[in-house]
Amino acid sequence: MALDSKIPHGPISDKWTNYKDHINLVNPANKRNLDIIIVGTGLAGGSAAATLAELGYNVKAFCFQDSPRRAHSIAAQGGINAAKNYKGDGDSVYRLFYDTVKGGDYRAREANVHRLAEVSANIIDQCVAQGVPLAREYGGLLDNRSFGGTLVSRTFYAQGQTGQQLLLGAYSAMNRQIGRGKVKMYNRHEMLDIVIVDGKARGIIARNLVTGEIERHSAHAVVVGSGGYGNVFFLSTNAMGSNATAAWKIHKKGAFFANPCYTQIHPTCIPVSGDHQSKLTLMSESLRNDGRIWVPAKLEDAQAIREGKKKATDLSEAERDYFLERRYPAFGNLVPRDVASRAAKERCDAGFGVNKTGEAVYLDFAAAIQRYGTEEAYVKGLDANDKALVIKLGTAIVKSKYGNLFQMYLKIVDEDPYVTPMMIYPAVHYTMGGTWVDYNLMTTIPGCFSIGESNFSDHGANRLGASALMQGLADGYFVLPYTIGDYLAPDIKMGPISTDLPEFVEAEKAVKDQIDRFINNKGTHSVDYFHKKLGKIMWDKVGMARNAKGLTEAIEEIAALREEFYKDVKVPGSANEFNQELEKATRVADFLELGELFAKDALHRNESCGGHFREEYQTEEGEALRDDENFAYVAAWEYKGKPSDAVLHKEPLVYENIKLVQRSYK
Amino acid sequence: MKLTLKIWRQKNAQDKGGIVDYPIDGIEPDMSFLEMLDVLNEQLINKGEEPVAFDHDCREGICGMCSLFINGEAHGPDRGVTTCQLHMRMFKDGDTIFIEPFRAKAFPVIKDLVVDRSSFDRIQHAGGFISVNTSGNTIDANTIPVNKEDADKSFDAAACIGCGACVATCKNSSAMLFVGAKVSQFALLPQGKVEATERVLNMVHQMDLEGFGNCTNTGACEVECPKGISLENIARMNREYLAASLKG
Repeated sequence: MALDSKIPHGPISDKWTNYKDHINLVNPANKRNLDIIIVGTGLAGGSAAATLAELGYNVKAFCFQDSPRRAHSIAAQGGINAAKNYKGDGDSVYRLFYDTVKGGDYRAREANVHRLAEVSANIIDQCVAQGVPLAREYGGLLDNRSFGGTLVSRTFYAQGQTGQQLLLGAYSAMNRQIGRGKVKMYNRHEMLDIVIVDGKARGIIARNLVTGEIERHSAHAVVVGSGGYGNVFFLSTNAMGSNATAAWKIHKKGAFFANPCYTQIHPTCIPVSGDHQSKLTLMSESLRNDGRIWVPAKLEDAQAIREGKKKATDLSEAERDYFLERRYPAFGNLVPRDVASRAAKERCDAGFGVNKTGEAVYLDFAAAIQRYGTEEAYVKGLDANDKALVIKLGTAIVKSKYGNLFQMYLKIVDEDPYVTPMMIYPAVHYTMGGTWVDYNLMTTIPGCFSIGESNFSDHGANRLGASALMQGLADGYFVLPYTIGDYLAPDIKMGPISTDLPEFVEAEKAVKDQIDRFINNKGTHSVDYFHKKLGKIMWDKVGMARNAKGLTEAIEEIAALREEFYKDVKVPGSANEFNQELEKATRVADFLELGELFAKDALHRNESCGGHFREEYQTEEGEALRDDENFAYVAAWEYKGKPSDAVLHKEPLVYENIKLVQRSYK
Repeated sequence: MKLTLKIWRQKNAQDKGGIVDYPIDGIEPDMSFLEMLDVLNEQLINKGEEPVAFDHDCREGICGMCSLFINGEAHGPDRGVTTCQLHMRMFKDGDTIFIEPFRAKAFPVIKDLVVDRSSFDRIQHAGGFISVNTSGNTIDANTIPVNKEDADKSFDAAACIGCGACVATCKNSSAMLFVGAKVSQFALLPQGKVEATERVLNMVHQMDLEGFGNCTNTGACEVECPKGISLENIARMNREYLAASLKG
């Protein structure tokens, strides 16, 4: 099967407009006769559900949480980008487009990224109209801040809780439609398979997580917005329930899976503290606006700090190495996430780490507290030479900007970050890979769409900060509502789809068989035991830096672990009840396949780019060395029974508007 | 740390339920409370017993999924945190810890420590929104200036995570802090004023239908709220409600 990205013809800035002018439309009266299933109700799924219902379609939405308001989009902290140029600092649609393509290391599809930049401004307008309380300046207008990888201030925010506020905005829009009966919401339900009839997606099999009942649901189209697969690493910044099951199940039924090896490692997370740890907590990238990142300049100081003989505050400015400012003077602490993460790892690997395990660097706010405090003292006509006063005033300003983040750090680490620098280390965060989709956001299964983090499309090999929220909402509010109409137009006379079709019976049986197998398995180890083992292989050999030897080993080890899992996993309780271990088992089963494909993809890509760093391919200065001649393509994998047999399809990436150059943030 | 856990076990909504004792050892002070329960569950599974069901997801204090009544307090003894942010350093070696679900008529138990909080969703369906078309064809955001103070207050109300601690801790199982926060978020913004009357009437009506009690100004909800939602929101809701009733 050849991949057709269906990118419209014409100049890049006109493609989306021309496309919308020529697609098929569905008459409002006919929309009532069309059913759409949406799996996942985060920013992408929630906004899609609200908008499609608003348009008149019958929407059935599914989430595994007890309420759509809990989707993991809620945890996004820093902000959402939009090319509004409110600050007059030179921002434009083109610049956002350019920064995103460059930030993604030239591995994203130009047409999609341009569309994203075009609709970005509408997102802010939409959210504000819905009552999302984004940050304001004193004059009453919207405020902005800057983020990694850009030189303009285009990030809109709501303190450190932007994801929460945007998600609650989408959730409220959904609530309005639920109240009107246009969205039927299925909380605590998990999609366990897709049903394909005559080659088209026509429904899903879901498990009611409270009763254990297996349900059949039909529709004219199925939309998957189930988020990313970072939990394949066990430890990640994702919520505990975040999983790949919906995305993986559609992959097994024909949706190609693209660029699985592109995983964003976020540079500013709270470091791992022990074996019992269940997840990692992110500290927003926005902190890098005011925090300076450093390690001791001398090895003996680093060692003394690790042994508790010295403290961060004992070292003078000259005894510190502000390694990002040193290596990347133009962007400094605001280099993109992949660059910042690798630089931190490089220093820690060289022995300069500052916590017990040697896997942490400092994020220091002392200079910002000093700077803000001095300014505030002048503004208030107070003595700017009074050190204690300046620190007090400065601390209050920093608190107003990042208070909740500092509190979070204090609770977890038990150290006051206003007094001692935070310790941070990179952690698995967002996955740029995902289901392959064409310009319509449709997968290689007709009628099955994939939106938000669950698709692969807009971020290339690395995601710039504040662009995940942007893509989720762009897809859900403004892109899918057009493209799905074009697909559904021929279906208006179809009528409801029966769930008695043999395809439903068969899919339901397969789901039940898998569940029975888990429940009846007389194993000896818990699901977490296997998940942790998988995570360790992934982090050690498929993590921030990879090489051919490690990847080859990982592929074998994961396959062996999968076999052991099926033989030896123990799932207590029964199938017909609320059973959290069973939920985990079905998810980990999918991670155990996805992990192998992930490593396989990483092994075949003989280059370094963005969130994929192969040790064999780096410049003399240790920067990622891309190979545009041989790897400027999307790697889309077709499932053939098991991950090792997956077949590679290539979608060449054509750059007509942006010249491919070595990324430089110096 | 060595602890005795006294945990509410209840097989399902029909089961009567009761407290079961679980001694546990080897707990580190830097574990979160939920990680401590993970350790317990791993041990129970290995012994062939059923693990304790509890709700949790983001484990960074923002999704609102985790609950738990710990030693008689919603989200436990620490202030301004959710259970997932509560750390074992708040307890002492040898402590006995009672762990129970969030109890309220409107929050029926599903299993063990897991309760059904969908009544909160239904209150939102009744009016927790601004009726704006999601087409993206609305006016430019900066044409609606919002006084910074109002925007900040609206944000403070909107920071509610819907965990239900306010209900669990209230002697009347009142949801007025939650509903007050939702009403306030929109009431403070010019965008929300247009349909303010119907919103507050509908949401309060639904709140009563769900079986939540009334506020008697004890203020326990504010004390236990992990996000510092203030009683001021209840007062604002009452004002909005009164004004709407007079209009209606």
